[in-house]
Formats: sequence, C-alpha cells, structure tokens
Amino acid sequence: MENQGSLLSIRDLHVRVEDKDILRGLSLDIRPGEVHAIMGPNGSGKSTLSLAIAGKEGYEVQGGQMYYKGKDLSEMDPEERALEGIFISFQHPVEIPGVTMMNFLRTILNKHREYRGEEPLSGREFLQRVREVATTLGLDHLIRNRFVNEGFSGGEKKKNELLQMILLEPEMVILDEIDSGLDIDAIKTVAKAVNGMRDGKRSFLLITHYQRLLNFIEPDVVHILVDGKIVKSGDKRLAEELEARGYDQLVASVQQ
Amino acid sequence: MSDSDKIIQEYTTREYEHGFVTDIEMDVVPPGLDEEKIRFISRKKNEPDWLLEFRLKAYRTWKQMEQPNWAHLDIPPIDFQSYSYYAEPKKKPRYKSLDEVDPKLIETFNKLGIPLEEQKRLAGVAVDAVFDSVSVMTTYKETLQELGIIFCSISEAVQEHPDLVKKYLGSVVPIHDNFYAALNSAVFSDGSFVYIPPGVRCPMELSTYFRINTKGLGQFERTLIIADEGSYVSYLEGCTAPMRDENQLHAAVVEIIVHKDAEVKYSTVQNWYPGDEEGKGGIFNFVTKRGICLGDRSKLSWTQVETGSAITWKYPSTILKGDYSQAEFYSVALTNNRQQADTGTKMIHLGKHTKSLVISKGISAGRSQNTYRGMVSIAKNAVHSRNFSQCDSLLLTDKCGAHTFPYIDVHNSSSVVEHEATTSKIADEQIFYLQQRGLDEEEAVRLIVNGYAREVLQQLPMEFAAEARKLLEISLEGSVG
Repeated sequence: MENQGSLLSIRDLHVRVEDKDILRGLSLDIRPGEVHAIMGPNGSGKSTLSLAIAGKEGYEVQGGQMYYKGKDLSEMDPEERALEGIFISFQHPVEIPGVTMMNFLRTILNKHREYRGEEPLSGREFLQRVREVATTLGLDHLIRNRFVNEGFSGGEKKKNELLQMILLEPEMVILDEIDSGLDIDAIKTVAKAVNGMRDGKRSFLLITHYQRLLNFIEPDVVHILVDGKIVKSGDKRLAEELEARGYDQLVASVQQ
Repeated sequence: MSDSDKIIQEYTTREYEHGFVTDIEMDVVPPGLDEEKIRFISRKKNEPDWLLEFRLKAYRTWKQMEQPNWAHLDIPPIDFQSYSYYAEPKKKPRYKSLDEVDPKLIETFNKLGIPLEEQKRLAGVAVDAVFDSVSVMTTYKETLQELGIIFCSISEAVQEHPDLVKKYLGSVVPIHDNFYAALNSAVFSDGSFVYIPPGVRCPMELSTYFRINTKGLGQFERTLIIADEGSYVSYLEGCTAPMRDENQLHAAVVEIIVHKDAEVKYSTVQNWYPGDEEGKGGIFNFVTKRGICLGDRSKLSWTQVETGSAITWKYPSTILKGDYSQAEFYSVALTNNRQQADTGTKMIHLGKHTKSLVISKGISAGRSQNTYRGMVSIAKNAVHSRNFSQCDSLLLTDKCGAHTFPYIDVHNSSSVVEHEATTSKIADEQIFYLQQRGLDEEEAVRLIVNGYAREVLQQLPMEFAAEARKLLEISLEGSVG
C-alpha cells in the first residue's frame, strides 16, 4: 500500500543485483517539499536504491513496492519515470563523445517540455536559459563546443548534473553522493543550487557518506542505511551523532 | 523476448523509404554481354571510334579476369550474363528542356527529394539526375557555363568536349585495374562530367543523383572530375534503388584529377536498397573510386556516408603525386541486418612532403559484417610524408562483426605513419544515462551514434549533413539489442 500524501513511497523493498541481495526490506516515505538524507557505509545499498528507483536494468525488484505520485513505478520505463519528474544525479556520469553539451541539453529539455505539453524553446530562449544557469554554477566554459562530460573534472561532472537538474525542473530529486570528491567551495555551490530549488513542493533525497553536505543543506529527516535496511531514522541531529560516533558504534547501539 | 528485441523487430520490418518503382516505359537491352551489345551501347550513344575501341579493349580484358575474392565478404555467385546492361526511357533519351521530360520521371525525383523544376530547385546545388542508364537533366547548367565550368552527363561530354574526355578517361583507373573497373569500362552507361577551369572556384555544390529503377539492370556509371590549376569544387553523389527480391548490380568508376594548387571535395551519401532483414535482395555495390593529386599543393578530400547496399566493396583512394599534396578520407559505414561491407581507402604517397588523413567510423548492427581495409604506402622518394589513420568500430549487437585490416608500407625513413584503432560496444551506461534524462532507447542510440559519427558528418556540405544524419537515424531504427 502506498502512503497517502507521499510523493515517493517505498514499502519493504527487496532488490537483487547480479545474484546478490542488496536491499532487504527498505521502507521510506518522502512527502512533497521534504529533504531526506540517507547515510550509510560503503556497500550498504545506497546507490542500489537510487538505481532501482530510476529503473535500471539488472536491478531486480524481488519484493515490495515503489509508488511515485500514487503510481506503481514497476510499471514505468526508465524514461517515463524521468519524464514524470524523477531526476537522479549519478555518482560517475558517463561521457558521450561527439554529442555537444548544447545538443544534449536542448534535446532532453525539449523532450521534457513536450511531455508536459509545452512548446519547445526557441534557439534564443534556450541559449539564454542555459547560459543563465551555467553562469550560476560556474560552468560557462563547458557549454561551448564541449561534448557531454568528456574531459570534465570530477567536480565539473557533478555540477553538470546539477545544471541538468535545474533545467529539467524535476519534482523528485535524488542526488547520489553529489558531494564525493568535491572541495568545500564546490560543496557550497552544490548546496546553493539545491537550496535554490527548494520551493516547498519539490522533494530531495540526498545520498551521502559524510555529514559535511548536511551542514549546508538542512534535511528534514535523516536515515541510516545498513545492510540494505534503514536501521534508524531521525532529524538532522542523527547525522551529527553519526559523525561523532561513527557507523560501527551507532549500528552496534541500534542492534542491541 | 525483451523490450529492446521487440523494438528491433518492429523497426527492421519497416520498409525502405525509397523502395518504390516508377512505372515508365523503358527500352531495355536483352540480358547478357558480348561484343555486339557493346557496339550497340556505343552506337546508341553515338560515340566516336576511339571510345568504342576503349570499350572493346576493356571487354576483352575483363573476359580474361576473375572476380576478386580477397575481401571479407560472402558474395554469392553472380551470373554476369543474366543482367541487362542498358536501359533508357522510351520517350526521348535526352531532354533539351524540362517540358520534354516525362512527368513520371520528374515525379520520381520529386519523391526522392530532388526537385528538377526551376522554381523548386535546391538553392546553391546543381544536380545531374541519372535514371537507370541515362542522365535525365542537369540543373543550373547555364549559370555554371558563364564561369567556364562544365557540368554535364558524361555522354554529353563525349559529344561536346571529346578532347577532355579522351585525355583523362582511364588515366587514373586504367581498364585493367580490376575486374569491376574493366567491366565498367566496357559497358559504362552514364554518369557525370565535371571540369573546373584554372583559377575558378565553383560557386555551388555539384551533385549527381543516381537512381536504379529497371528490374534486372546493372548500373555502371562513370564519373570524371577534373579540377584545373588553382580551382576548387565540392561534389556530392547520392544513390537509391527500389526494393527488389533479386540482387541488382552496381559497378561504378570515379576518376578525379586535381591539378596544381587545386582542391576537390568529393562526398557520397549512399543509400542503395540494402535487402530485407533476412538478407534477400539488395544492391551489390562494387565500386572503384580513385583520385590523383597531380600537381604540387593539390588537395583531395573524400567523405562517405554508407548505409545501403547488400554488399559494399569500395575503397576511394588517392595517389599523392604532387609535392606537398594532401588527401583526406572521412567515412561512416553503417551495416544492419545481413548487410556486408568491406570498405576503406588507399593513400599512395609519391610526392615529397605529402600528407594524408584517414578517419573511419564503422557501425555494425543486426547480424551484419563491417570491415575496414586501408592501405598507406609511402614511396622512397616521398620523403617527409605523413599519414594519420584512425579506425573506430562501434558494435550495437553481439551478433554483428567489425574487422580492421590496415596495410602499411613505408620506403623511407623521414616519413611518419600513425595508426589508431578502437572497437567499442555501445555502452548500456550511456543509454541508461540518456533514459534517465527522458529519452527512450531509440532516441538514446541515435544521439550516441550521431555523436560517434560527428567528425565525419561535419565534413559534409551543410545542405547534406542533415540528410545524412536523418539517413543514419533511419538505418539505425530497431538496431539496438
């Protein structure tokens, strides 16, 4: 059963990847406007959760349900989930050689606009919009004559994910370790972009290893994911507690 | 059956866009080939004696030759006596004005996107339209004449400019060059002739559009392009044929002569009928294309986008004779279903300080076989020469094949030859990334392949780049697996 009032509602989710059970009974409810953070050690299933929500092939749902806006996600193709407003930022965005940033951004933006029943943006409107967003992220140099993610630094790739997020205006944003490998200035830029997108309706799920990002983006709920299950949920103080005590101690205290 | 397999099936059963047949009365020479048929073709075209001799000599040479079988191709036995070697529309083979052209022919070219009517013509592109064995119409001829540029069918050039034709015909691809070139020299029907006078920069794209219509007909066009000193021309050819169950034969010869300080850009968008999904029917495309950079600082650039034909055997090549001459070869060859392609280039460096560049992008889908075969040869006297070759292969399924056969032959120590080759499978990660941004699988593959082929596509004249991109997309439909 889906939880009434949730944007994304996950019930007792079991996911298997390459014959290994990764998620084992995960439940989660995200209401419109909420910011959730999922923290957990390596191998706990954080990325599997985001890829299962995105509908990636090979992420087999063995049990449980995922509802988004009241619809069963298992009946939607990955592109349909995207067009319905689920946006995932990838940990390691792929390079697409020969495809210019402009062509890529225009193609995906117009696809979303078409799906929403809006007119495609004219060349001039599009350029103006992209330049505006790229400038706020400090990516101006990457939108001219560059191919998608090709030769981008780690930080540039992450910011390029945010550029797409801002352009596509999704309703459910899942940021998978957007902070990994970023210096403090870049993290502040990321936080500014995310905070700028918070409008009381749009929801966020931040998947992260460290509490650092949460100093700049204040979550409503923090979950601790261990061995494919959420073992503890709380407010932002839980993240601070985790930072102070470490996973091992915190998990041990939960298990007792 | 997975979703992507279903999509493949849906699309591969989709019909070839240009597969229609024009119902028009044709004079078709009965099938078979002998000296009498060659005399007939020559008489029909009112050719001078030297050309008849050229044809007969070629025929006798051809009879002594055997079909080459060194390519990575599985060619079924071909009965050369079963083909007809000449066909022309019954109502007047050559037209003085468009009013005399059978409306069915005009309609055919309209359907193919090649309007011949004055008011509808493509701006900035002069077109020679070849239907089966004859040239129907050449547009913008008068405009070009004012600059001294000759752009007409080769049959017409034989009548109007015999000295030029006699001087250059067979000078780059001699009669005995290979089996198919010898056959073409014996029976060639029509094709384009281009001459750019010294110092003239041709102000528009010159383009020939080849259409095979008649059943059981072989098409043997002959193209001759001469760029005199310091001139420039960009030439493009396009090809289609109706869908037929039997294999049609196409064996063309293209010769290009580039004089001192001249430059020729030659582009091909080849979309002959490739056969159905089981490999039935389709064009056998056995083509000899060669250019010579005759003078110092001359330049020849080949660009080809090959998506059609059941079997392709084609190696557009350049002889770099002039010092400091340059040649380029840009190729995208896409094979789907049961198509087979063995294609590439030869760069033969004879002059000093000569430079060549090869960029080849193979795309294999379905159960097709796609081979790059390239030769770089640098002679002893071609000191300080350079070649860079890059051959990439992209595999879209696990049932197709990609092969690369580079031959390198260098005879001096001051030259540099570099060869890079990559083979990759279209990455699931790339497709998924684009799906997460809202594109379906087909759209994702299209975007990725267009990106992959970009380096080559951007060499095409602007008017044709969009068409080539569309052609790649159509040929790709349902190729994901």
